[in-house]
Amino acid sequence: MPQPVDTLKGFAVTFRQLFNKPITVQYPEYMRPVYPRFRGRHRLWRHENGLEKCVGCSLCAAACPADCIRVVAAENTAENRVSAGERYARIYEINMSRCIFCGYCELACPFDAITLGNEFEIAEYSRDDLIYTKDILLAEPIKQVPVADPDEFDTPIPYYQVHS
Amino acid sequence: MIVAEVWWIGLIEAVVIINVLLLAFAYTTLVERKLLGRMQLRYGPNRAGPFGLLQPIADLVKLVRKEAFFPAKVEALPYIVAPAFSAFTALAAFSVVPWGQGWHIGSYYVNGVVANVPIALILFFALGSVGVYGFIVGGWASDSKYSLLGSMRTCAQLVSYEVSLSLSVLGVILLGHSLSLSDIVNKQIDSVWYIGPQFVGFVVFFLAAVAETARAPFDLPEADSELVAGYHTEYSGMRWGLFQMAEYVNMITLSALAVTLFFGGWEGPWAPLGPLWFVIKLVIAIAIFIWIRATVPRLRYDQLMRFGWKVLLPVATLNAVITALVVAWTS
Repeated sequence: MPQPVDTLKGFAVTFRQLFNKPITVQYPEYMRPVYPRFRGRHRLWRHENGLEKCVGCSLCAAACPADCIRVVAAENTAENRVSAGERYARIYEINMSRCIFCGYCELACPFDAITLGNEFEIAEYSRDDLIYTKDILLAEPIKQVPVADPDEFDTPIPYYQVHS
Repeated sequence: MIVAEVWWIGLIEAVVIINVLLLAFAYTTLVERKLLGRMQLRYGPNRAGPFGLLQPIADLVKLVRKEAFFPAKVEALPYIVAPAFSAFTALAAFSVVPWGQGWHIGSYYVNGVVANVPIALILFFALGSVGVYGFIVGGWASDSKYSLLGSMRTCAQLVSYEVSLSLSVLGVILLGHSLSLSDIVNKQIDSVWYIGPQFVGFVVFFLAAVAETARAPFDLPEADSELVAGYHTEYSGMRWGLFQMAEYVNMITLSALAVTLFFGGWEGPWAPLGPLWFVIKLVIAIAIFIWIRATVPRLRYDQLMRFGWKVLLPVATLNAVITALVVAWTS
């Protein structure tokens, strides 16, 4: 059955929207804060004394479902001490074009040497540029992403348990 | 009232009107995207230039530079001619729409219309009907199932709604005692706008016009969710642009016809602004077209046919008969 009154109501609805502010986020100018647990670009960490946390155990590479991490370990020597452990990662590469950002490497790591950061603008013009080396991963990320307030979003109790 | 006009003035008018119309087409697309965006709580294009004002120009440059894809099995001649043909008829139809009273400039007389012909309305509908062939032939020549389905739908839809469209203006012709659009406007200036006595005719005309321009909710010929893009699925580049131009210019032209037939053309309620009133009314009519698109979902095919033949056509016929009786009674 045709419902002319309802159709006219529909016209009123669309007309009313003209006076509402659009909810579009104007992305490049305004970046929405990511959640604190957002999994973005990886980061390798150092100890406070400057030594690398990574000991080259390759557990991250073993855990990686996308097989995008390559670790080649070497022995620490007295004159060349890179990490705190016996060995260090001579080569540490992550192929970002294969990474699925699952965070398993972070979980597998026994020394919290690798974590997933918040940066998500990691597009490049060349595939080669997407293979991140150890230097890139150890350095501060060039782009910084705003992070939402953890008190507001990173609740220890899951949402569905609180609201049920 | 046909006043002689030197031929080259008509030529200049034609060039000016075509360019104005093309500019209007370009910016109608922008206005449509902006308005649709705002009605859906989006901004619409706002990157190219201030408020996205350069967007149509960017689109044009992109379309012209884009490869005009040519599928291997198309019927070459109709495939190439069809979009140009549709665009031509769409632009040509505007030539009979009057936008002003006509002016004396020095010793010359300038008409407020490109071609002031006594059978303007018939010419208008004739051009509209011929223009449909561009869509039908273009879809058929593409040798693709979606194009063919699109052109079949175009065929069925535009032919059946054209009947209602032509019948709905019959009442206006009877009231105006003329087929010349300038005469009809002059009659309205002398009496009342025909939206009053011909309200039913106007409603039928407007609904049929939305269907005739194949716009939502009657956009079945190019229903994107069912037919990819209907009759212009296999078109790209400026050939596609010409189809798009034909569609939008048809919309502008039919809005102009609605303004002329039912809203007193260039006559305004107070200040004698002339063509400016025509433009203002035209913009409102186009905005309503867009508003309808933002609101109503697409009809199903059987609903479309039922609505056209079982609702619009009887109402239009009844309206024409009653108007004829009333006109015969009073005169």
